[in-house]
Amino acid sequence: MADKLKLAYFLSGGCGGCDMAIVDLSETLVDVLPNLEVVFWAPTVADVKYKDLEAMPDKSIDVGLYSGMVRLGEQEHIAKVMRAKCKVLVAWGICAALGGIPGMGNMHTKEEIYKTAYFDTYSTDNPDGITPQTRCVVDGKYELTLPEFYEYVRPLNQVVDVDYYIGGCPPHHSFVGEAILAVLQGKLPPPGSWITGGKAVCDVCKRNPATQGEGREPITAVKRTIDGAPAEGKCLLQEGYLCLGPITQGDCGALCPKVNIPCRGCGGPMPGVKDFGLRAIAAIAASMENEELVDQIPSPVKLFYRYSLPASMLGRKVK
Amino acid sequence: MSDWKPNIVVFACNWCTYQGADLAGSLRYDYPSTINIIRVPCSGRVEPEFIVAALKNGADGVFVGGCHPGDCHYKEGNYKAIRRFILLKRVLTSMGIEPERVRLEWISGSEGKRFAEVMAEFDRTIKEIGPNPVGRDGNGR
Ligand code: SF4
Ligand code: SF4
Ligand code: SF4
Ligand code: FES
Repeated sequence: MADKLKLAYFLSGGCGGCDMAIVDLSETLVDVLPNLEVVFWAPTVADVKYKDLEAMPDKSIDVGLYSGMVRLGEQEHIAKVMRAKCKVLVAWGICAALGGIPGMGNMHTKEEIYKTAYFDTYSTDNPDGITPQTRCVVDGKYELTLPEFYEYVRPLNQVVDVDYYIGGCPPHHSFVGEAILAVLQGKLPPPGSWITGGKAVCDVCKRNPATQGEGREPITAVKRTIDGAPAEGKCLLQEGYLCLGPITQGDCGALCPKVNIPCRGCGGPMPGVKDFGLRAIAAIAASMENEELVDQIPSPVKLFYRYSLPASMLGRKVK
Repeated sequence: MSDWKPNIVVFACNWCTYQGADLAGSLRYDYPSTINIIRVPCSGRVEPEFIVAALKNGADGVFVGGCHPGDCHYKEGNYKAIRRFILLKRVLTSMGIEPERVRLEWISGSEGKRFAEVMAEFDRTIKEIGPNPVGRDGNGR
């Protein structure tokens, strides 16, 4: 490769775990580094300022990875700048792709969130009732600004056009290596697709009854992970632990079921699924033995939409 | 709001509720003009996506009509339908949508009169609860 591939990375409304997933590549990263030039990685890795990114010519960056959801004016601004500067923009990780864990904030209004964060929490003492303002003047002369906190969480594609999506919270590092190599070698699917092996978590799960010569039976119990340890090597869903493996992309290699934890869907929906939560409702309800069991499923919105609420058809709680 | 008329979507199983609607028609039982029937091969074919898509596209009420227990042409479609429906309704309720906006009933091909009555009743319920709130705050999503 003659020219180095120019890469930009931005951590938006996320936790930094997706940054770590790249750093975790270790040897693979060392292998690809000679081919990469990181022109922007804020705020975690490189000391490059927003104004430096803004000054770069349009479409001068080969690949932009955007991690985290969009809730603040600042995040929206950088999303637009990244879109202008990058030839290919990737929603990196499930927060950017579908809203992720912070997306569950869409079950509450901005007012409710402010009330909890700035008034009701045990450690808060706010007698003057101060909440964040986008502008304030200190000592009559210093103007300070804060980015606007929007009403709702949005995934990246509700702000700008997105070329590719990668699921996972964070994407699994072995898969990150493959994805980065695919980008480097230009071996990418049609724009708008998810970068995925296309297998469901169940397909790569050792607990799958099909791999043990057994069929699936109707589910006869609803269990939570606190209800004792599941049987060794047996399908969690079959035992009543609400595992979302059947409808989730399995690029993690069925990480959670390996350690007795049901899949919660962080890999994102299988290709062709428009609304992860609704598909999960259909799959789980259909596999239950009776209606009473369906009623026992705890907190269904936060179970089925744990990673995807802002990208769902309804998107948020209706006022 | 006085001239507001609800828009009601009815997913009717071809083997029962749809025939019931047909019978209601040939026996000249009136049912409200707010009812828009979509014929489906079985109540089990009605995915949660269909119901939410209807709500999102402006339906004020969504009704699913299937065969009585034991009568489903495909044996278990209606059992599957009701389990999904119960779970979807719980989710919709948590998401701020009135549970009365969605309803599932078993109506057979011979129950023309009952079809008309249930439709009239559902229409009244939707008129009482008013327009669908999805998109009410104008963000248009
Ligand atoms: S997807 Fe998960 S790991 Fe990545 S930023 Fe969001 S919360 Fe963090
Ligand atoms: S449902 Fe869960 S535990 Fe069962 S096979 Fe699928 S991923 Fe594995
Ligand atoms: S098993 Fe499911 S929740 Fe766990 S890492 Fe894989 S996709 Fe995410
Ligand atoms: S055929 Fe009527 S509900 Fe299945």
